Amino acid sequence: MNLAKSSYINEVSEGEKPRSIKLTKWRPYLLIAPAIIVFLVFFIQPIFYMIYLSFHEWNFISPDKTFVGLENFIVLLSDPMFLQVIRNTLMYTFFTVLLSISIALLMSIWLNRQGWMYSFVQGAVFSPHIISLVSIAMLWMWIMDADYGLLNWVLSLVGINKVPWLTEPNIALASLIIIAVWKNIGYYTLIIIAGLQSIPKHLYEAAALDQTSGIRRFTKITFPMLSPSLFFLTIIGILDSIKVFETISIITKGGPLNSTNTLVYYIYENGFIFFKIGYASAAGVILLVILGILTLIYFKALSKRVHYQ
Amino acid sequence: MTKIQLKNVSKAYGNSKKVIDNMNLEIRDGSFTVLVGPSGCGKSTTLRMIAGLEEVTSGEIWIGDQLVNEVAPGKRGISMVFQNYALYPTMTVRGNIEFGLENMKIPKVERKKMVEEIAEIVDLTEFLDKRPQNLSGGQRQRVALARAMVKKPKVFIFDEPLSNLDAKLRGQMRTELIQLHKRLGTTFIYVTHDQVEAMSMGDEIVILDKGNIMQQAAPMEVYHNPENQFAAKFIGIPAMNVLPIAMLERNIGKMTDGRIFHVGFRPEHAEIQTAKQTTSGVHLPCEIMTMETLGSETLYLVNSDAGQFQVKSFHNPLMNTKKVHVTIPFDKLYFFDTQGNRVYTDGLPFEWRDEKVREEVLV
Repeated sequence: MNLAKSSYINEVSEGEKPRSIKLTKWRPYLLIAPAIIVFLVFFIQPIFYMIYLSFHEWNFISPDKTFVGLENFIVLLSDPMFLQVIRNTLMYTFFTVLLSISIALLMSIWLNRQGWMYSFVQGAVFSPHIISLVSIAMLWMWIMDADYGLLNWVLSLVGINKVPWLTEPNIALASLIIIAVWKNIGYYTLIIIAGLQSIPKHLYEAAALDQTSGIRRFTKITFPMLSPSLFFLTIIGILDSIKVFETISIITKGGPLNSTNTLVYYIYENGFIFFKIGYASAAGVILLVILGILTLIYFKALSKRVHYQ
Repeated sequence: MTKIQLKNVSKAYGNSKKVIDNMNLEIRDGSFTVLVGPSGCGKSTTLRMIAGLEEVTSGEIWIGDQLVNEVAPGKRGISMVFQNYALYPTMTVRGNIEFGLENMKIPKVERKKMVEEIAEIVDLTEFLDKRPQNLSGGQRQRVALARAMVKKPKVFIFDEPLSNLDAKLRGQMRTELIQLHKRLGTTFIYVTHDQVEAMSMGDEIVILDKGNIMQQAAPMEVYHNPENQFAAKFIGIPAMNVLPIAMLERNIGKMTDGRIFHVGFRPEHAEIQTAKQTTSGVHLPCEIMTMETLGSETLYLVNSDAGQFQVKSFHNPLMNTKKVHVTIPFDKLYFFDTQGNRVYTDGLPFEWRDEKVREEVLV
């Protein structure tokens, strides 16, 4: 027995150890390799390829790409149409996020109580979230139709004239914002209600003993305690809105008069309709930079004011 | 005048059974009253009704000479220290202490002075600009205390404030609270399930069980003179031994009082010896089952004809002994009826089994 045992130990210490050390050293890399490969091929490589393309002129078909330096960027930034696209995107993002969060916050405070009616309303406002964006776009095209739409019919009942929701340049972007807010509210409400319910009840009891008024109870306790949820919603809201594509591509195609053209749709239009790949890539690079800057701002500035337990 | 009165107060949640049933309680002005009882006895509910965090189902609550049933919690002149402190996590220590003062619209300069004074008292000055998450349990406890004190309330309410602290800190905070009460002279109402806290801190104890007051008295009064079996068993470590009287008749003689059903005695009043002694009392030959030595005292679990019970002795532990003799002095016996209520008797309620004992008692 003794002999067998010692020979086993020898074998391990002399024979196996070097190999197992080698294996141990590489094992972590081996295990993360699939994820890293997917990440490199599908995320990092396209980004670099896009940056590469943005310095070239290419029509997607011809084998040669002409190097043009910064020309794509110069043309892009001096194009009044592109500047309008940027403005549209920022307007759309700002109002969509602001309205979605404000309305969802009010809804949550109203819905955060027991009773079948509250559960029903909560379920009802959530339902748009599970419908595909294409269906939503089709639905709202009909609702907002100037002549046969439901919305104008309802307005006509209270004596308001027809509103050209999707055909008037000054109104079309607002209409798209309404659609986005309508879709967002359900999900946002759900997140905020979850946030409200995680605020300990005894804080409100302590506040009651401190003679806190209703307004101060909201501004000093509820709102700060909700800040992690609101911060999360602001981030996903902005990222989602800046990348808006489906509703625009189906409902307005950027029109009328370019009034609803946003960055991603503009990139798509230039790349896959006009086949100006280099030009579209340059716009893509600008989108990337905007998203990068925004993300940085959030984490630097906003996170300081957010309370995490 | 800030005595607190509960008049015929009942509390039920929804349609279910009453948690508090027709409670009448008077808390003296300036007293340190401890509500104590097992969990679910209604002590916290009572406290929360006084604070105004729960509505009463029926009855009246008076603070001083004001009926407060319809008065908002903040307007009752009460400060509360919560079990989990309930500090506002998004505010600094200063913000937490100041919050109530801001709500009362006290000018900024005065507020600053008050906060700093209080911080000095509870020794928190250097932590004023930290957030509660960055403080230890004991420090958070002191912030909660400071927040309660700064409002200069007429009544302090404590809902198991020490249960989240470790044993050493708990002992320390206990002394600090007693000192605080002495200094402020305000009415303190304190809820706990820990009878040690109740005994050591309160100048008045209210023992609750299933929403009823079992006894309200000073700690030593409850200890020496419990009104019922529940109070007798709840106060004292270990609990009072309670044995059916029938089991003891053989040792003490026939009962002359028919009301008596149980007899009780405190473990520390029983004498444990190796041989029978002639001192007067109930003599029981016993066998030691277990022994816990605690240094200054020893705790025995013994078995006798009358049943198992505990004995606490301050003599050296009886090592390697199995058969012992336990004597319980007659004047340390407590009698209870079938309901568990105390039976008060003139003299001893049984016939002498042996004449010798009677002589000893009479001498």
